[in-house]
Amino acid sequence: MSVIDKFMTLMMEKEEEGSTTPIIQHGNVTFIFIKCNNLYLVAVTKKNANVVLVFQFLHKIVQVFSEYFKELEEESIRDNFVIIYELLDELMDFGYPQTTDSKILQEYITQEGHKLEVAPRPPMAVTNAVSWRSEGVKYRKNEVFLDVIESVNLLVSANGNVLRSEIVGAVKMRVYLSGMPELRLGLNDKVLFESTGRGKSKSVELEDVKFHQCVRLSRFENDRTISFIPPDGEFELMSYRLNTHVKPLIWVESVIEKHMHSRVEYMIKAKSQFKRRSTANNVEIIIPVPMDADTPKFKTTTGSCKYAPDLNAVIWTIKSFPGGKEYLMRAHFGLPSVENEETEGRPPIHVKFEIPYFTVSGIQVRYLKIIEKSGYQALPWVRYITQNGDYQLRTQ
Amino acid sequence: MTDSKYFTTTKKGEIFELRAELNSDKKDRKKEAVKKVIASMTVGKDVSALFPDVVNCMQTENLELKKLVYLYLMNYAKSQPDMAIMAVNTFVKDCEDSNPLIRALAVRTMGCIRVDKITEYLCEPLRKCLKDEDPYVRKTAAVSVAKLHDINAQLVEDQGFLDMLRDLLSDSNPMVVANAVAAISEILETSQAAHQVLEMNSQIINKLLTALNECTEWGQVFILDAIANYTAKDEREAQSICERVSPRLSHANSAVVLSAVKVAMKLIEMMEPDSDFVLMQVKKLAPPLVTLLSAESEIQYVALRNINLIVQKRPDILKHEMKVFFVKYNDPIYVKLEKLEILIRLTNQSNIAQVLAELKEYATEVDVDFVRKSVRAIGRCAIKVEQAAERCVSTLLDLIQTKVNYVVQEAIVVIKDIFRKYPNKYESIISTLCENLDTLDEPEARASMIWIIGEYAERIDNADELLESFLDGFQDENTQVQLQLLTAIVKLFLKCPTDTQELVQQVLSLATQDSDNPDLRDRGYIYWRLLSTDPAAAKEVVLAEKPLISEETDLIEPTLLDELICHISTLASIYHKPPNAFVEGHGSLPLRKALPPRGASAGTPEDLPAPEVHAATAAVPMPQPTVIPGVDSLTGDLLNLDLGPPLIQQQPVMGQAAQSAPVIDPFGDGMDSLLAGGAQPGATDSVGGASTVAGLGDIFGLTQPLSYVPPQETWLLAAKAKGLEISGTFSRRNSTVLMELSLTNHAMQAMSGFAIQLNKNSFGLLPSQPLSVPAPLLPNQSINVSLPLSTNGPVQKMEPLTNLQVAVKNNIDVFYFSCVVPIHVLFMEDGEMDKRIFLATWKDIPAQNEVQYEIKDVQHSGDTVSQKLRNNDVFTIAKRNVEGQDMLYQSVKLTNAIWVLAELKIQPGNTNFMLSLKSRAMNVYQSIQQAYDAILHNA
Repeated sequence: MSVIDKFMTLMMEKEEEGSTTPIIQHGNVTFIFIKCNNLYLVAVTKKNANVVLVFQFLHKIVQVFSEYFKELEEESIRDNFVIIYELLDELMDFGYPQTTDSKILQEYITQEGHKLEVAPRPPMAVTNAVSWRSEGVKYRKNEVFLDVIESVNLLVSANGNVLRSEIVGAVKMRVYLSGMPELRLGLNDKVLFESTGRGKSKSVELEDVKFHQCVRLSRFENDRTISFIPPDGEFELMSYRLNTHVKPLIWVESVIEKHMHSRVEYMIKAKSQFKRRSTANNVEIIIPVPMDADTPKFKTTTGSCKYAPDLNAVIWTIKSFPGGKEYLMRAHFGLPSVENEETEGRPPIHVKFEIPYFTVSGIQVRYLKIIEKSGYQALPWVRYITQNGDYQLRTQ
Repeated sequence: MTDSKYFTTTKKGEIFELRAELNSDKKDRKKEAVKKVIASMTVGKDVSALFPDVVNCMQTENLELKKLVYLYLMNYAKSQPDMAIMAVNTFVKDCEDSNPLIRALAVRTMGCIRVDKITEYLCEPLRKCLKDEDPYVRKTAAVSVAKLHDINAQLVEDQGFLDMLRDLLSDSNPMVVANAVAAISEILETSQAAHQVLEMNSQIINKLLTALNECTEWGQVFILDAIANYTAKDEREAQSICERVSPRLSHANSAVVLSAVKVAMKLIEMMEPDSDFVLMQVKKLAPPLVTLLSAESEIQYVALRNINLIVQKRPDILKHEMKVFFVKYNDPIYVKLEKLEILIRLTNQSNIAQVLAELKEYATEVDVDFVRKSVRAIGRCAIKVEQAAERCVSTLLDLIQTKVNYVVQEAIVVIKDIFRKYPNKYESIISTLCENLDTLDEPEARASMIWIIGEYAERIDNADELLESFLDGFQDENTQVQLQLLTAIVKLFLKCPTDTQELVQQVLSLATQDSDNPDLRDRGYIYWRLLSTDPAAAKEVVLAEKPLISEETDLIEPTLLDELICHISTLASIYHKPPNAFVEGHGSLPLRKALPPRGASAGTPEDLPAPEVHAATAAVPMPQPTVIPGVDSLTGDLLNLDLGPPLIQQQPVMGQAAQSAPVIDPFGDGMDSLLAGGAQPGATDSVGGASTVAGLGDIFGLTQPLSYVPPQETWLLAAKAKGLEISGTFSRRNSTVLMELSLTNHAMQAMSGFAIQLNKNSFGLLPSQPLSVPAPLLPNQSINVSLPLSTNGPVQKMEPLTNLQVAVKNNIDVFYFSCVVPIHVLFMEDGEMDKRIFLATWKDIPAQNEVQYEIKDVQHSGDTVSQKLRNNDVFTIAKRNVEGQDMLYQSVKLTNAIWVLAELKIQPGNTNFMLSLKSRAMNVYQSIQQAYDAILHNA
C-alpha cells in the first residue's frame, strides 16, 4: 500500500478531532495539501522540505491545470490523465519545481501532441533567462492594456471602530506586442519622487510591492525603475499594499433587535463616503440573519432586497450608489418559538462594490514606455477601478 | 474524445487482452493499449505482469508513447529488476538522440529506476548528458545526479559526479545552475563525504548571487536556501550578501520571499545588533512578512508559524503591525489560532486595550478551541502587562457570567495563574469563582479551583466544606485533581488546624491506602510524616513561598529558536522542532544548524556561562586552569589577515555551555595504578584486539598509525549484574569509534541474547551495528567484542560531557552502567586547519575563552609530542621558536564539528608543558586537556 492511500483516512480523523491544518504528520511522513473543487492536491515528504515552496507549487499546479483543462475537477483529471503525467514531468523533477509557465508549456506539451508529425523540442524559453516569453511573437496591432485594481480590506468592530483598513492593489496587464519588447512603467511612487526631487507632487507611498518574476528586482531596489520584458497575454505585473486612513468608502450601520422566540428586526443604514462625482456600482450589502429565521419582510428606499437562506443572509443590492448618499433598509423576520439548540456565530456584514475610474490610494500610471528593436509604435490603455476586498463590519 | 475511457475496462482476462494488443502490429492499437495499462497502474491495479510486453514498445519514434512506457518502467522496474535490464540499451541510445527532449527524458527516467544492477550502466550516459550542449538536458542531468546519489552515494562519489556537479555551478545557463544547487543541497543533507567536494565558499556564493537575478522563481528558492546554509566569512561579506538578496523580498512568489527572509535573519546575526545596517534590514523585513498574510490561507499559516519564531528572535520587527493579526470571521481555524499566538506575543502596555477588546470578542465566538484559547490569552495578557491585569480580570469575570461551561472553566484555569502572579490583589473575586464550583467538570479547571481554595483557605469561610465536597468522589477523580486536593487540604489544615483534623486524616488515608498511584501515595506519605514529626517544617514546606511565574509563556528555548531560525520556511518551522526530530536519519549525520556567531567583539551565546565553568573546575582536584584575560599570545607577527571563523555549522547543543558539574576523571589515579599493575587482563586484550585489526588494516592497505587506546576499566561488576562482568575502553580506527568490550560470565548458567543500547549523549554516539556476541557465553568464559559506533544518533548534553550511559541486555536481565568516552576518539581525521584560518579563528575567538593548563612531567621532545598527538588526530599546524621555547599550534575537530585550537609551549629543560586552549565551546576544554595528558603520558 502506498503512503498516499492513508491520506484520506488521516484527513477524516484529523477533521473529527477538530484540527484541520493543511499539514499532517504521520510517522516520518508529512502530507502537505490544498483543496480545490473537492480535489485534494497532496505533496508527500520525508524530509525537512520547504513548505512554502510546496504550497506555492501546488497552487501553481492548479493554475496550470486550469489553463489546460478549463475546470480542474475529478472528471477533467480522468479525461486528461496522459497529459497530466506529461505535465507533471515538466513541472517538477525529483521534487524540484521546474517549468511552471503554462504559456511556455503549451508550446511543447499539447493535448493533441501525438498528432504532430515532427516531434516537439523544448522551447528556448524553458531554460532561458527570460523563461516566460518565447521569441517570435507577432501581432498586427501592438497594444497593451493596463488595469489598476485596488481592493479595500476593512475590518470594523461591533461598536463602529475601524480596526484595520488596508488597500491591496494590483496592476494587471494584457500584452499584445510583437517580438521581445522592453517595457518601463512609471508610477507616482513617493520614494521615487522624493529621490528625484519631486517630493511635492502628489504621490503614493507603497508599503510593500511584489512583482511578477519578469521585473528586474535589483533595478527596482536601486532606482525604483519598473523595467521588464513582459510575458505574452494576460498576467499580474505587480501588487502593492498600503494602509489607508481615509474614511471607509461604504459605511454600514446596523441596529438589530432580537426578540427571543418571536421576531428579529434589522435597521441598516448605508452611506457612501467618497466624492459625489464617483459612483459605486453593483453594491451588495450582505447582512447575516439567524439560521432559523422565517417570513422575511423588507422595506427600503433604494435598491432591492432578497433573502438568501443558503447563506443565512439578506442581500441588499443597490445597482448604482453615487458618492455622498445615504440609504436605509429595514428587515423583519419571524423566529420560531422553540429555540435553536446550536449556538450560532455572529458573522459580520459583508459589502461588495466596484467604483470605476477611481483609486483610493491616488496611484497613477504616469507612463508606459515600450521599446522594441523593430521600432513599432504601441498603444497603452489604462483603466482604474476600486473594489471591495475582504470588507467586514462586525455586528452586535 | 477523452482519456476517461481507458479506466473503464474491468472485465476478466483483461491482462490477456492487453498483452495481445501490446503486441499488435498497429501503432495506434499499441498506444491505446499502453494507455490502458497506465490507466490501470494509476488507479492502483497491478499490471506488472505485462512488463516484457510494455518494454517491447519502448523503441518507438512516438514521443507520447515513449513517455508512457518510461512511466511504466519507473513504476515497475523495482519489482522486475532482471527484466528491467532489457531497457538499458534503449536508455543509452535515447541519451544520444538528436532531440534534446528525448535525451532529457531518458536521463530523467534513468534516475528514477532504483535497481542496483542498472545504475552502473547509467553512469556513462549521465556523464555525457552532464556535458550536453543543450541546457535543457544539462539541467535534467544535474537533478539525476541527486537521484543517483539517493540510490548509491558511493557510486556517485567514485565516479566523480560530485566534481561535475560543482562545475555546473559555473554553467552559463541560470536554470542549470539552479538545478545543480538543488542537487548539491540535497546531497549535502545526507552525505558527509560530499562536504569536501561541494562545500560552499565565497566564490561560489558570488556566482549564485549572480544567477539569482536570472533564474526562475523556483531556482531562486533553491539558491536562496543554499545561501542560507552558508556562513559568511566576515561581517562585510554578510552585509554584501544581505544587500544582494534583499531585492528578492519584492518577489511575487511567497517562497522566494520567505527564503530571502531566512537568509537575512541569519546574516544579521553576525552584525552589531544596533548598527544602522541591521536596523535597516530589520525594517525591510516587516512589510513582506505582513504581505504574506494576504496570500492563500495555507501560506498564511506557514507565514504565521514563522512569524512566531521571528518575533521571538526580534520582538521589535512587527511591533507596529499588531492589527494585522486581528482575526477575521472567515479565517480558517488554523489561521485563527496562530494569529492569536502572535497577538499575545505583540501585546504590550500601549496596545493592550485593543488586544483585550479583540480577545473578548473572540471569546464569544462559536469555535470551542478558538474560544478557549482566547480566554487563555486574556489570562496571559494579564500576566504579561501588569497595568492591564485588572481589566483582564474584570473581562474574565464578565466571561464567567456568561455561564458558558467551557469559558468558565478556562477562565478559572487562567485566574489561578493571575493569583500567583499578583498575590493579594484580586482575591476578592474568589466568592464569584466559588459559585461555579458545581459546573466544573474538566480536571484542569477542577484542580485549579481546588488550588485556589487551598491557597486562600483562611479567607474562605467554608473552605473546609468546599474541599470536603470534593472528597466524596476522590477515587474517581483525575490524578491531577487528587494531588491538588491532597495538597489543598493539608494547606487548609496548616492554616486552620481547628476542626480540620478529621478532614486531613481522611485525605491522607485515601491517598496512601486506597490509591494505586505512586505519586499520590508518596506525596501522601511525605505530608503524613512531616505533619506527625515536625509540623513547623511541614508549614515551611507546604506553605513555602512560590517562585514567580514568568511573564512570557510558551517561549522557545533560545538554542532551539536559533536553530529554527535557520530553518525558516521549512517543516521544522511549522513543527517548531529540529529536523532530526521528524526526519529519519540517513546514512550519515545531517549536522544541526546554528546561527553564526557574531563578529569579533560581541560575545556569542556560548561564551556567556564561562565563569561557571571555571568555578566548577576549581572545585575538582585537577590541574587548575588559569584564565588569561586579554592576552593574545599568538597574533602579531604572522599573517595579519582578518578572516572569519571557519565553523560552518556548530552543534548548538554542545555550544551551549552550561555549568559543568565536577567531572569524573577518566584518566585519574585509579587507572594509572591499574596500568602500573600490568596484570589487568582487559588491557592486554585490548592491545591484542587493536593489533589484529591493524593487521587487517595492512591487508587492505590501510596503514594507519596506532592511536592511543586507554586500558580497559571495569564498567559493570559481576556482583551487580547477576554474574555478568563488563570491562572496556574506546578506540578509534579507520575513522570509526569503537567500543571495545570484554564480557565475562561469572554466573553458573550460560548467557545469551546480548544486546546493547546507548542513552542519548553529548556526541550522538550510537551503535552502528547490533552487539554480536557469538553463541551462548558459557560460565567462566570471557569474550572480547568491538562495537563500531556512529556519531549520528540523538544528541543530549551529558554531565560530564563525555559521559555515556549504557544498557546491556541478556537473557537474564537488563543492566545499566555509565562510562566516560575519552574525547580523543572523537577527534576527526580532517581536523587539520588551514594556517590562515587557524590564525583568524584564534583571533576571532574572544580572549576570555582562552584557558591554560599545565601538563606535568612529559618526557618527550617537541617532535615526539607532535607525532604522538598526530597519531591521535591532533594536528600541529605550525611550529615557532620564540626565545628558545617551542610553540606548537594545533587544531582538533570533534565529530560534531566543534573546533578546538591549542597552543603548546615547551621550554627546554622543563618537563612541564603549558597548554592553552581556545574554542567557542568551552565546555570541552576539560576533556581535551585530559586527552592531552593521557596521550602524552601513555601513548
